[in-house]
Amino acid sequence: MTIDMAQFHQVFFEESFEGLDAMESGLLNLDMGDVDEEAINTIFRAAHSIKGGSGTFGFTSVAEFTHVMETLLDEMRDGRRQITQGAIEILLGSVDCLREMLMAIQSGQEIDTVRVAGHKKALDTELDGQGNTTSTLANDSADQCLGESATVIMPATAVQGWRIAFSPHAHLLKTGNDPVRMFRELAELGELSVRVDFQGVPDFHQLDPEECHLSWDLQIIGDISREQIDDVFDWVEEDCDLAVQALTVQQPVTQPSGDVVKDRPEPVAESPEPTEVAPLKAELPAPSRKQHKPVAKNVPARPAGSSSIRVDTEKIDNLINMVGELVITQSMLSLVGEHFSINRLDQLKSGLAQLERHTRELQESVMNIRMLPINFVFTRFPRLVHDLSAKMGKKITLEMTGEQTEVDKTVIELISDPLVHLVRNSLDHGIEMPEQRLAAGKPETGKITLNAYHRGGNIVIEVCDDGRGLDKQKLQAKAIEKGLIEDNMPITEQQIFELIFMPGFSTAEQLSDISGRGVGMDVVRKNIQTLGGNIEIKSEQGQGSVFAIHLPLTLAILDGQSIAVGDETYIVPLVSIIESINVPEDMVNRVAGKGETFRLREEYLPIIRMHEIFSVENVRATKLSEGLVVVVEGQGVRCGLFIDDLLSQQQVVIKSLEANFRRVEGVSGATILGDGSVALILDIPGLVRLSNQQAAKAQQYYAETA
Amino acid sequence: MPKQPEMEHSDAESTRGQSASDAQFLAFVLGSEEYAVDILRVQEIRSWEPVSRIPNVNAYEKGVVNLRGAIVPIIDLRERFNLGLSEYTPVTVVVVLHTRDDSGKQRIMGVVVDAVSDVVDVDTSTVQMTPDFGARVSTEYLNGIVSVGERMVMLLDVDKLLKLDGGNDAREI
Repeated sequence: MTIDMAQFHQVFFEESFEGLDAMESGLLNLDMGDVDEEAINTIFRAAHSIKGGSGTFGFTSVAEFTHVMETLLDEMRDGRRQITQGAIEILLGSVDCLREMLMAIQSGQEIDTVRVAGHKKALDTELDGQGNTTSTLANDSADQCLGESATVIMPATAVQGWRIAFSPHAHLLKTGNDPVRMFRELAELGELSVRVDFQGVPDFHQLDPEECHLSWDLQIIGDISREQIDDVFDWVEEDCDLAVQALTVQQPVTQPSGDVVKDRPEPVAESPEPTEVAPLKAELPAPSRKQHKPVAKNVPARPAGSSSIRVDTEKIDNLINMVGELVITQSMLSLVGEHFSINRLDQLKSGLAQLERHTRELQESVMNIRMLPINFVFTRFPRLVHDLSAKMGKKITLEMTGEQTEVDKTVIELISDPLVHLVRNSLDHGIEMPEQRLAAGKPETGKITLNAYHRGGNIVIEVCDDGRGLDKQKLQAKAIEKGLIEDNMPITEQQIFELIFMPGFSTAEQLSDISGRGVGMDVVRKNIQTLGGNIEIKSEQGQGSVFAIHLPLTLAILDGQSIAVGDETYIVPLVSIIESINVPEDMVNRVAGKGETFRLREEYLPIIRMHEIFSVENVRATKLSEGLVVVVEGQGVRCGLFIDDLLSQQQVVIKSLEANFRRVEGVSGATILGDGSVALILDIPGLVRLSNQQAAKAQQYYAETA
Repeated sequence: MPKQPEMEHSDAESTRGQSASDAQFLAFVLGSEEYAVDILRVQEIRSWEPVSRIPNVNAYEKGVVNLRGAIVPIIDLRERFNLGLSEYTPVTVVVVLHTRDDSGKQRIMGVVVDAVSDVVDVDTSTVQMTPDFGARVSTEYLNGIVSVGERMVMLLDVDKLLKLDGGNDAREI
């Protein structure tokens, strides 16, 4: 019986991607001169477990590819090979290639074999480059032996490979053995080519699908001992005819020496007959199927994989403790309840207090599970900086601090794109070319700093660079030219920096030396605002700039202000409230057909009457003087909400309204109040849109009736 | 009700649905008409409790309630099918249903009905196609009609019900 391996695939992929990340960061941190052995060991281990895993799951091409990388790393580890920048670049490229292969397999797509072959060739060349150390090149010795130096490398007695005639008896499959799996094992030992003989297969109507009528002729090339071969066939010795014959160097079993590397066949792909696999198809995962699938290249592959999270065991233990406490409290309370008399009131009260404490702690630790260190986003940046700076000919170091700062998983997922954009911008437009830096009296190497820390209930992520900074004059001139601001309008520094968030501010035309600073910055800000955060810029011309992103720690909980409108209760996010005031009637101006506005200091703000816009009945306050106006701001829009009263401030757990219902304009979600009833959370920009729509409708109505 | 086949079906049903020609439906009353939904789609039956109104939605979408932490919309079927207005008393019944939309996403919603009558065993081979008249409910939302004893029961398609709640109908603002 075959175990369904597919259930473990997800874990394998996750672990492999993690391993790849580890390899990547390890490679980037390798110091050419003074090699830290532990660092290489880490890289090696990651490669090794990917190889092992992919072998187990039958992703032969991955296993093979990793094997070559491993060989190279092994030599570096043993100090038999100098670590060069070139080798590291090749390994980095291979990591990318491996990641693509895994992603392709994960999404069931075709592996780009051309690309893989290219990388493999680079690896092989790197290996060959120092051919005199080859005695350790286990499997790849075959390739090299076929080259010119064959006689030098190989001791005359060495076995080059094996030829195996394998004809299982008909009942082999019933013993629980699977030839395909054995071949896979063989393929791990060395280069395997398989030829099947299906002459023994009876006519279709006589065929018993549970019997094996095939026999195979296998050739395996590599430095493999007889024992290794015997190991593979250990379990089936009784059930088959097996003849193993050694191959020597002279035997013309492989290709001519010239193109060995390039034409090197993939063992599974090489086996030319689908017949061999067909009866066993169900047991063969991805690799066999891929042969028959049409090639679908360059399809952006986003595996639909379910989202999962890795949690520190400590957090889980903590949670279990907490639940244990809760259970104890519960049994204590039920004991009190069973024989209740008034003199046990104190016991009840203290039990309830305990229950409250445990519940709160439990809630906190459950929320804590969703918290991941920001490191998950940061890890990709060393590579990004490494690649981009090399491409642009700049010298840049990246410093990261506060990687362990924890933030909600959803926030992590959504923040990474904006952050990449900011870092790219700093690299591209912030840091100057080395010559310019020297001329400006700065060190040749630029510095980008990523910094994360907690402040209040927020996480702050800063992207700093010591580059040229934003050019205020240029920005202002550009804004004037585009008619965004008046020529002689007084404008603060902050307002000037804000300009780069204007959609298309600098995309339309090439802005000489600050070009691109605004490209997509509007998108960045929008993304951050959807997360309930904001972004701040500090910049000193010639000294560098700081982009600081402020984000709420979690999207699941929100500080809310509950408000009363008639008999109904709504929640306004506390962050969007600026102030609450009582507006006397005489401060209100009516703009024809456009509703009411009132003047708050220098600004005219529109008033949105909540009871009108939500058609609430039983309102207490219909005159402005009777209720309150809450000044709120959302996505740059300010307005006053006219409500009956402010209730309490509280933390609310955000629940989706869309999960069972649908989106409702003006409402961003719902929550459950202390009394178990549901309150809707207001969405300020949505409310403004809604009020504009209603005003437009009303205007239309008046126009028609007039 | 057909008594004889019932015994056999009870265990056939537990193994596989298709082989049994018999399914169970929860019947309820709306005005003078009787409707039924697949009992496997019914999560629970609750009494009416006050809802939190949602602004600017159709009048038959009464609002949302907190169902053990989930926000669940409550639909008044009487109003939805233009059978007049309901009066909400503590004995008004809300049937909580599982629905599935086209993408297979599961949703929960509660429907307000006048009263739940009983659970009926329906031999699926006796289900008749809905004639295009008679019922006040548009036949689009019906899977068919069966007779249970003397009564005529209309089988509601729960998933379509979700769609009709799905919103693009005329909204009164």
